[in-house]
Amino acid sequence: MSVTARRARPSTEGLTKSREGGPRYGNRWGMPLFLTAVSLLWLGPIALALLNSFRDYAFTAKHGYVSWGGFTLTNYKDAWTQGDFGRHFFNSALITVPAVLLTLFFSCCIAFVVARFSFKFNLALLGLFTAANLLPPQALLIPVYRMFRAIQVPFWVSDSGTLLNSFWGLILVNVAFQTGFCAFVLSNYMKTIPRELYESAVVDGAGVLRQFFTLTLPLCRPPLAALATLEVTWIYNEFFWATVLLQSGDKFPVTSSINNLRGEFFTNNNLVAAGSVMIALPTLVIFFVLQKQFVSGLTLGATKG
Amino acid sequence: MARSRYKGINQLSGTDRVVVGAMVLVPTAIVVWLVWLPAVASVLLSFTNWDGIGPVSSAKVIGLKNYKDVVEIYPPFWPAIQHNLIWLVVMFLVATPIGMLLAVLIDRGVAGSRFYQTSLFLPVVLSLALIGFIWQLIYSKDQGVLNAVTGGSTDWYGDPSVNLWAALVAASWRQVGYIMLLYLAGLKGVDPSLREAARVDGANERTTFFKIVFPVLRPINIIVLVVTVIESLRAFDLVWVINKGRNGLELISTLVTSNIVGEASRIGFGSALATFMLLISSVFIVIYLRIVMREPS
Repeated sequence: MSVTARRARPSTEGLTKSREGGPRYGNRWGMPLFLTAVSLLWLGPIALALLNSFRDYAFTAKHGYVSWGGFTLTNYKDAWTQGDFGRHFFNSALITVPAVLLTLFFSCCIAFVVARFSFKFNLALLGLFTAANLLPPQALLIPVYRMFRAIQVPFWVSDSGTLLNSFWGLILVNVAFQTGFCAFVLSNYMKTIPRELYESAVVDGAGVLRQFFTLTLPLCRPPLAALATLEVTWIYNEFFWATVLLQSGDKFPVTSSINNLRGEFFTNNNLVAAGSVMIALPTLVIFFVLQKQFVSGLTLGATKG
Repeated sequence: MARSRYKGINQLSGTDRVVVGAMVLVPTAIVVWLVWLPAVASVLLSFTNWDGIGPVSSAKVIGLKNYKDVVEIYPPFWPAIQHNLIWLVVMFLVATPIGMLLAVLIDRGVAGSRFYQTSLFLPVVLSLALIGFIWQLIYSKDQGVLNAVTGGSTDWYGDPSVNLWAALVAASWRQVGYIMLLYLAGLKGVDPSLREAARVDGANERTTFFKIVFPVLRPINIIVLVVTVIESLRAFDLVWVINKGRNGLELISTLVTSNIVGEASRIGFGSALATFMLLISSVFIVIYLRIVMREPS
């Protein structure tokens, strides 16, 4: 009996298929052709942006986008200067790096307490964080906006003098929203750490702090890598809070500064394409280099339960 | 027996108590301050007439008047509701089935599945704001690919009769890959012996999927449902970069934002809209929490 067989081999699958399935399933080439077509269709918009970002505006204006030729690098040079990309990429880093580090650290704390101890409030605590991750941010805008405008901070924290229009305000909002997802994923992972490890740590005289830093955190490297990948992408891509909380355009992270590439009366789409490619580049690199981390982080969070 | 042994490691020294307390309280303080307090404040403000100029204490409670105004005399409200619903329906009836179908096809182990997966998933790593810009190359009136190929002259982002659908195509482009990934993960978790048994019983591929595999995927189905509802409610970035959610692209989220960030800051009014969003989302958040937090038995 092949009850435990992992999966039927392609050869037998083909046989059963032609007998039972519809015409598309019967065709050995239909499926790969169909999937290839869909994949190419999906890559289309990105390929289009990539291709036209390297083409001269005057050329495509004359010959249309469905043409070939007019290759140039000026769009990138122009987009970089016109969009002030150097500054905005730097802003993105100033926001994303602390926000991801704080999010991961706080999630580890919450997950550790929930997984390591059996307090009565554990489930409620985790729920408090997970639900916060799912609330629509626009619904919280009014109070957060008014609160940030009213809270005075020293000038070394923000040159605006308030939390509104400050990087730290935006970082904290991102942390508050993202901690829930990470805490949830991490707590599930930490629950699989054998209790015996903590027992021997306690016998060795390790306090909670040492257990956390020398036992739990090193064991959590795989989910932390996955979550770091995801969170860098999400916070880098975050648009809403950055747009409404940072009011002066020169503070915008690169994702929110995208509008700078649009002219007031006329938009050079090739320039926009070059800008889009540059903005997408960090996330695309992360995705291709750390695809496994990216995918496992997403499925860890979504399929548990 | 095991229980009494574990008691030892749950005993906390004085320092440990402080450490555990800080680990819980610092993150909790941040999330309560920046998420839960504002959520409650939004609901409370929706019953007042605060104009945002004087102190909050000057606000008067005016009952349900804001809600009445929103429903009765605010022209973009009903279009926004309609657009949010269309958004939800398209994500649910178009993007989700396509994502599911692609997951099922890829899960059958065709050659090159890695290539298919990567291509389909690629848009998911892009922000929706960026997607709005990338699709401008396709939708733009004078230079766009769509008009070039069809020979038309539609302003796909500008024309209020089509721009919602244009935005939905772009949003679905991203959503399909996400849904596919969730279902791929779910399908990998399906016990292969179930399919085997169905095959032995003579069930065909389709019957096996709908009668055996699909019911086993129930938790994923519910999570996808909840994620779809919440994402449809939160939809914002894409329409905001197109035209700040006006002229055919009104959504509840953009109405709230326009009422606060724009020149006219109508606090109570915007809060009523916000409360509406909170109410819908909380129903689905509760469903979600009940699924994912169920202790494995």
